[in-house]
Order: sequence, then structure tokens, then C-alpha cells
Amino acid sequence: MLVVENLQTRFYTRAGMVKAVDGVSFTLGRGETLAIVGESGCGKSVTALSLMRLVADPPGRIVGGSVRLEGTELLALDEAAMRRVRGKLVSMIFQEPMTSLNPVMTIGRQIGESLVLHEGLSRRAALARSVGLLQLVGIPEPAQRAREYPHQLSGGMRQRTMIAMALACRPRVLIADEPTSALDVTIQAQILELIGRLQRELGTAMIMITHDLGVVAETAERVIVMYAGRKVEEAAVGELFARPLHPYTRGLMNSIPRRAAVRLQEIPGMVPALSNLPPGCAFAPRCPQASAKCRAMEIPYEEKQPGHWAACLYA
Amino acid sequence: MSGYLIRRFFLMLVTLFGISVVIFVMLRLVPGNITDIIFDSAGFVNPKQKQRIERELGLDQPIVTQYARWIGGLARGDLGYAYVSEKPALQEIAPRIPVSAKLAGLALVFSTLFGVTLGVVSAVRQDSTLDYVLRVVSLSGLSLPSFWLGLLILMACVQWFGWIPIYRSTPESFWKELGLLALPAAAVGFRSSALVMRLTRSSMLEVLRQDYVRTARAKGAPERSVNYRHALGNALLPVVTIVGIEAAFLIGGLIVTETVFNIPGVARFLVEAIRWRDYPIVQNLVMFIALIVVLVNFIVDLLYVALDPRIKFGN
Amino acid sequence: MQATIDFVRRYPLGAIGAAIMGLFVLTAIFAGTIAPFDPTATDAPASLARPGSVHLLGADFMGRDVFSRIVHGARISLAVGLCATALGCLIGVAIGLASGYLGGGFDLLVQRLIDILQSLPLLVMALVMAASLGPSLANTIVAIAIPLVPNVARIIRSNTLALREMPFVEAARAVGMSEVRIALRHVLPNTLAPLIVLATAQVGSAILVESALSFLGLGIPEPHPSWGRMLSESAAEYVRTAPWLVIYPGIAISLVVFGTNLLGDAVRDALDPRQRR
Repeated sequence: MLVVENLQTRFYTRAGMVKAVDGVSFTLGRGETLAIVGESGCGKSVTALSLMRLVADPPGRIVGGSVRLEGTELLALDEAAMRRVRGKLVSMIFQEPMTSLNPVMTIGRQIGESLVLHEGLSRRAALARSVGLLQLVGIPEPAQRAREYPHQLSGGMRQRTMIAMALACRPRVLIADEPTSALDVTIQAQILELIGRLQRELGTAMIMITHDLGVVAETAERVIVMYAGRKVEEAAVGELFARPLHPYTRGLMNSIPRRAAVRLQEIPGMVPALSNLPPGCAFAPRCPQASAKCRAMEIPYEEKQPGHWAACLYA
Repeated sequence: MSGYLIRRFFLMLVTLFGISVVIFVMLRLVPGNITDIIFDSAGFVNPKQKQRIERELGLDQPIVTQYARWIGGLARGDLGYAYVSEKPALQEIAPRIPVSAKLAGLALVFSTLFGVTLGVVSAVRQDSTLDYVLRVVSLSGLSLPSFWLGLLILMACVQWFGWIPIYRSTPESFWKELGLLALPAAAVGFRSSALVMRLTRSSMLEVLRQDYVRTARAKGAPERSVNYRHALGNALLPVVTIVGIEAAFLIGGLIVTETVFNIPGVARFLVEAIRWRDYPIVQNLVMFIALIVVLVNFIVDLLYVALDPRIKFGN
Repeated sequence: MQATIDFVRRYPLGAIGAAIMGLFVLTAIFAGTIAPFDPTATDAPASLARPGSVHLLGADFMGRDVFSRIVHGARISLAVGLCATALGCLIGVAIGLASGYLGGGFDLLVQRLIDILQSLPLLVMALVMAASLGPSLANTIVAIAIPLVPNVARIIRSNTLALREMPFVEAARAVGMSEVRIALRHVLPNTLAPLIVLATAQVGSAILVESALSFLGLGIPEPHPSWGRMLSESAAEYVRTAPWLVIYPGIAISLVVFGTNLLGDAVRDALDPRQRR
């Protein structure tokens, strides 16, 4: 349903040119959940923004690749046509619900805006539907809440509002960019459960962007691991957790605190500056297994096992 | 919230009281009063006459007594008597107020309309040629002395239209009067509009950087709606405060412009009274000016509370 | 040298502003050499001479050369503007620093005073001060400096309050530094950046206020040439007959203030910690 091929997004800054997304490809089937995992700066958020063509231009620009949603090439659409896609066919929820909601608009109006825009509803009809949506996302006293402002709601409720806003027009794809990172742990679980339930009910496919492997395990069917703008591993969720092939993935898994009193293993070093990538494998400087060959050549991204791909010479 | 307003009101009174003390003291910093000026022009000093006049005017009393008399009078609505004309100060001041009010009002309307619109346009088209032109124009607006602008306007009228737009007597119709005041209002308002434009622009830019603007775009809202419905609503809040700052700015401009265009208003009267050391007039006028500024700021505070839902529906 | 080139490239407008200011400063310093005439020398036959080869920018009704008066006026106006700003900032910093750092009753009093003084427009306060002090060069400087104090004090005070809570101040205290030393050696340098931005912005205001005061006859007295007073002397009467009397002094004022504003904007952008263009 959604086919992304060789997506390339670059940022042109005073410090130089940065390949934030360097040849990322994946497919998403109807109702499927795909997780994109990686540390900050690996390009996962930019990938999401690129799909929706929300990358600020300047300084960013999508320079290559293709994004086909149900056959339509999104990168070729003009702005007006793309606007009809946003919010209606593809929606996004963001990490910070407080700053992502307009402080001077009631939440009922903010949710209703998509309905007015894409389904041509009148303001009053949109408001009524918004109340229904608020109820759907589990906000008590929705009619009252619809007239309130974002600052009057708690963090969890704001995120629910964002979810309601995103799902108002029943999009085909929902992109969730770190939806729970800014929330308390207990609320996190509730929100994830809510997203999952609604996704199943509405048949929406989802791309879950996160740095948290716990969230991946909870929600995803397939996983892509990104590093320095590229894919380094890709597999079904169970397979990935059982047999992580790429040293980076293994490093990520090792850094999850486990119940046994084992010392946390960190991945030494830092994510490289994208404007100054070393030749060869981008992870080589931090990799325990790296060899001279790793630093010299372009590492191919291959199917090491059925349905399990990785970019490593030693996987 | 009403507690806040009551506190502000009380603070306002304290401020006004403080101003009265300050202005009273400032005027009497240096020895010498109106009697000296009278005798200066006469060319000689007759000590007996000087003493008599001083006694008449109450200038021989200790300062604290003089102050108490003035303040006491103010509270009763008695502003004392002008030294120069020997008429009640109120009688001198009151008739001059309407002209200044009309001039100030026109200038305010002019500067707010121009300033806000151009500021928004400039922000929305950041870094375009229009933006640069507007920024340079606004910067030069802040650099021009307003009295010079007034002089230039006078000169232009004389050279090109052979007509001097000097305010002579009270014209018959209200609109004719406003027409005569239009040019001086433009002179006063130009500087204010430059200030408003700059502040509106930076406020708007700040808002356009916010996350909720990105959310609006993610919903597929057209640029126009993003700019004017989402962003402007938030950007205008600080603009309300700006109008308060403008009030003080305008009064300074009024002083010189009334002098240039020979408009018989309160501001020009202040200058004359200062030259003559006509203390009662000066004191009362300055108090009046301070009262206006303080009142405007108070109203701005009220407006802010009314308009910003975060304050109105604070938790 | 490299820093200068960088500055010019990154802030072209600021560089222009600096160039303008530099030009005026040089003119002020070398006024004696540049001006062809004595600015106060009257020359009745040359009264209201048009701009030409003898009097570059014309002459006023007393026959005084406009160009020379403008050149010497640069000295006066710049001196007054800079001195007034410096004085105002000095006093403002002292008050703001003390108030923010000491807190308590003193701070409350200062806060109220600042509120009070800020309720009066700059020009009004300067007018009253100038009038009560009497016309002289020094008095004009004071009359302009004092109204500038509350704004400076307010900003320095809020900066000081913020800095006072910072960890490095606590660390200094923990090492046993005296409060005064902390205030002077740790807090003050960190308020420098906003102060510089503020000061450059105020210079323009100071010059404008001086010209307004002189225009109203309450500023710089005779015989010092002042751009503002040049404009008042020529007001409505000569507007038709001798426009050069109105145009050139005004251009001088506007250009200088424009230069300070350009420079001030660039300085502000350069020192802004958020560094987004």
C-alpha cells in the first residue's frame, strides 16, 4: 500500500551538506505496523517528515527516491494535492503534545479542523464529530472537554487529543513520531494500548518511530533499525529480538536494563556528525567487531536470513 | 484573578503618587523660579516685588507644604492656578486636550494598522526582497527624528501643493478637522508604525517556529489558514502589549509634532509651560501624561487577560 | 583581522552601520580640519546662500556655513549621545546589579522607582530635567542620561536575578568568595552581552532625544552647533525659501541614528545565544 524506494533527504546548512536520509526503502501493507528504531539523529524523524513532505525547505530538501501511496507518487504531487493527502490519507502525531497543540484554540476546534478541511463538514457538525472522537480516545466528559484549551488538560489527555485529531478522517497511514517519549511511564502504556486498539478497529497502517525498544516489542510487527541516515537491519519483530544480526542492534538490546543485576552495557562513542561521515560503515568507529575492510568499502544491505536483512559484513 | 486586577490597580495608584513626588522634586532641583524669569525679561530685580509675588504664588512656603497643597488640590479636582495666565490650570489645560486626543488617536490607528499588517507580511515572507525592503524602511523610520519628518512634510506641501497645512482655528466639521490632522498624525505615526512593525514581525516569526504550526500543516491546512488563523492568533497577544509601549512613544512624538505644525494641543502647551517655569501647568500636565500611560498599560493588561485563554482559564 | 572579515560577511548590514558610525566619529574628531569655515562665524552678506562651491551645503540666515556647522555638530551630537548613554548605562548597571543582587527592601524600592520612572516617556522626562537644570552642555548630558537609567537598570536587574541562581555562583560561594567579588567578577561579566546590545540601542535614542531637546530650545545652547537646534532655527519660516537648512541637518541626524540601529541590530544578532537567523 505504501512503497518507499530509495528516499533521500538532504539538509543544506552553513556547516555543510548533511545526508539526513540516505537511501531508505520499505513497504507498508494495509493495517500493518512498522517500527523505525534508532538513536537521536539517525534520521528516523526526518524520514517520517519526508513522507509527509513537511521537511522545511530551506534548509532541507527531498532530493531523490519515490514514495507511492496506493499507486500515487507523493513526491510528484503539487502542494495543493499534497495538502489533500495530509491529514486525510496520511496523518502524523508528534512527540510533544503540549507544544504541538495551538494554545489559543479549543481542542474541539482543532480536532474538527481536519473534518472541515477534508470532509467539508460544517463547523457544528465537525464539533459534534469531535466530541465523538474524544470519547473514542477515552477522554471522560468529552462534550465539556471539547470546549477547553490544551493547557487545561494533562499530558496524557493532550496526547489522546492528538490521536483523535490524527485519526479524525480515518487515514490509511498513521505516523507516530515518539508519541510516548514525553509522557509518564504509566501513561505510556495506556497510550500505546489505545493507539493499537484504534489502529486495529480502523484498519490503519502505522509507522511507529521510537528509540525505545520496549515500545517496539509492544507494538510492531516489523522493525527497521536506522543509523546515520541508513537502514542497518530489518526483520519481523520476533526475529529481530531473537537474533539481532547487526552489532548496532545488538548494542541497543544490550543497553536495555534487565531484571538481573547485570551491569548495563553501553555502546561506546557517539553518533557521528552527519556532515562528516567516515568512509565505509558508519558504525565502524564504535563497533567491537570492525575490521579494516569495514572501514574501506561500501557495506551491502543483504538478506542474511529469510525476511531478515542487515548491512554488516560479519552478520 | 480579580485579586490580581485589584493589586494592579493599587500598584497603579502608588505609581502615580510616586510620579507626583518625582516630578515635583525634579522641577525644583535648581534654585530659581518663575519670578526670576519675569524679572529677567524686565532687566532688573526688585526684591520687594519679587517677595510679594512669591508670597502670592505660595512659593515662599516650604517645599513639603507646597507639595501637600498641590496634591490636596488634585484630589479635590482643583489643579491650582497657572503662573503665567493666572487662570485656573484646569481651564488652561482642558480645552487643549481634545485636539491632542484626536491627533494621538489618528496616529495610533495609522501606526497600528500599518505596523501590524506590514509586520505580518514581512514575517510570512521572511527573507524575501519585500521583507528586506520593509525591514530597512522600518529601521529608517526609527532613525528619523519625528520633528524632521514633520518639517519635511511641511516642506513637501509647500513646494508641491503650495499649501501650508497649519492648524489654525477650530474648523467647522469634524471630518475636516481630521483631514487637517492627517498629515501631522502621519508624521507622529510613522515612527510608531516602524516600532510596531518590527515587534510584530519578530513575534510572528517566533510563533511560526512553534510546533503547533507544524501540526496545522500536518493536518493539511492551507498556508493562508496556517498563517492567519493559527499563527496570527498567537502572535497578536504580544502585539497588544506593544500597543501599550506605543502609547509612551507617541506622546514624545506629539510634543515635537504639535510644535512643528503649530497645533494648539496639550503637548505643545507643556513645552511652553516648561519654558516659562509655570510649575502648576507643568506638574499637572506631566501627571496627566503619566496617568494616560499608566491607564493604557492597565487596559492592555486587562485586554491580555481577556484574550489569552491560558490566563483566563488558568488552573 | 579575520574576525572583522567574518563579521562583515555574516552581518553586512551591521558592517554598513559600523562604517557609517566610523565615518561620523572620524568627522567629529577631525572637525577642525574638515570644516572649511568656523561654525560660529557669521557673515551677513552670505545670508541664506544657496549650496554651491563656496558654501557646500549653503548658509543660514546669519551667513554661517551649513556644512561646517554640520561637521562640528557631529562632534557635539556624538559626544552628547555617547556620554549620555555611557552615563546612563553606568548608573543603570550599578543600580540594577545592586538591586538584583542584594534583593530585599532595597530591591523593592528600586523596582518601584523603575516602574514610576518608566511611566514617563523619555522625551518628557528629559524635557523636565533639561528645563530644571538649565541650558548647558553638561546639563543636557545629564538630562538625557537620567531617563535612560530605569530601562538599563530593569534589564540588568532581571539578568542579575537569573544569574544569581546559577550553579557557578553557588560554586563560587562554596569556595568562600565574598559576595562583592562574586558580583563583580562572575555576575557582571555575564551581563555584558545584553548590556552591549542595550547600549548600542540606546545611543540612537540618546541622539534623537538630544536633537529633539535642542529643537525645542531646551537642549544644547549657543554657541555650540547642534543639528537639532539648526532645524529649529530654520523651522517653518525658511521652509520655502531655503530648504537646504531643513534637509541637511536632518539627514545628518537620521544617518547617524540609522548607523547605530544597523550596528545595534547586528550586535544583537551576533550575541544572541539562540543563534537562529
